[in-house]
Amino acid sequence: MILWIENLGRIGLSFCQSVGVSGLFLSRTVFRKPRLIRLFPLVIEQIYAVGVLSMVIIVLSGLFIGMVLALQGYNILERFGAVEQLGQLVALSVVRELGPVIGGLLFAGRAGSSLTAEIGLMQVTEQLTSMEMMAVDPLWRVISPRFWAGVISMPVLIAIFCMVAMFGSYLVGVEWLGVDAGQFWSNMQASVNFRIDVVNGLIKGLVFGIVVTWIAVYQGYYAVPTAAGIGRATTKTVVYGSLAILGLDFILTSVMLGGW
Amino acid sequence: MLNKRFIEILVGMFMLAGIIALFVLAFKVSGLNMYSSKGSYHVSAIFDNIGDLKVRAPVTIAGVRVGEVSDIGINATTFKATVGFRVDKNQDKLPADTTAKILTAGIIGANYIELIPGYDEVNLKDGDVIIDTQPAIILENLISQMIYKIGGDKKESN
Repeated sequence: MILWIENLGRIGLSFCQSVGVSGLFLSRTVFRKPRLIRLFPLVIEQIYAVGVLSMVIIVLSGLFIGMVLALQGYNILERFGAVEQLGQLVALSVVRELGPVIGGLLFAGRAGSSLTAEIGLMQVTEQLTSMEMMAVDPLWRVISPRFWAGVISMPVLIAIFCMVAMFGSYLVGVEWLGVDAGQFWSNMQASVNFRIDVVNGLIKGLVFGIVVTWIAVYQGYYAVPTAAGIGRATTKTVVYGSLAILGLDFILTSVMLGGW
Repeated sequence: MLNKRFIEILVGMFMLAGIIALFVLAFKVSGLNMYSSKGSYHVSAIFDNIGDLKVRAPVTIAGVRVGEVSDIGINATTFKATVGFRVDKNQDKLPADTTAKILTAGIIGANYIELIPGYDEVNLKDGDVIIDTQPAIILENLISQMIYKIGGDKKESN
């Protein structure tokens, strides 16, 4: 019994410790002497790796999610004779929830895991240590550009995801199933509010971007420097990142619907 | 390794795509259009009941959108709703005795304001108040009136 309590205590302590370490890690990455001119090219390079290369998966999944939502929505709305509300249904569900959440999950799988693996391998091959030997701070040279690139890319990817999903639902709803195009757009425009729906969706995207990239670089930086360790760190990034997105989504949604 | 310029161009296109997506979301999906104070004038109307009217609901003349509701409030002494709305500057020939009524788009649709122009020589201008209005039709009230009426008929026939 006492052993069980002891184990519980150890788990709790190590959890608090890792939260503290990752918090310090983040603050050391973010709050430092601004050397923007030298940081900028590095960030550009990382936006290419994190954002541009994620475009394919984001665009494709956005397209298919829009198309599937239109199909499903049409089938149900048809029973009530309200197919002209299809645009509203798809727009609200994509912009408010599906865009940020699915975009975030894909981002954690595509970009987060590769960030972790890359930094973890740098750790294993002692590239980070040798940077320190050359008086180059690896937090500044390696972690910081990757973090900022993730934070910048995420809302952009979410916006693209939502736009493509709208296009996909237009294709299925209007071009294929024959919903009137004017009603499709006007019902959508009447119900979607820019401030409440679109901006809040992008705020979600920004928060998810911060959290996922933070988890990814932290897991990579503190990965156990073995082959198995990197594998575990990559898995942890995807698992923790996805759970964090889903949990935070609930909190953010309740705050946003609560009249904020 | 791709050359640096190519990467920078791709990143630029990526950011551009994001900005375009934001604009599409703003103007095509959420129908954001500015009836700003510059290109429009502010008129208010006093209603007995505004039903489900919301801020940014359309204001129409003969079914054509000419503006949108900008603010909704309640008069503390008369307990009537005051609805302010912005009308497009191009529509400055509206007579001063224009009336306003709140309509519903379809049975379960959203409420909007319809302006019915009058015959006055003087034109409506910024800051005017429309007093001659028709309140929103509340479906529940109609149904309860109908039920009451049906019940009354039965009693009479008995």
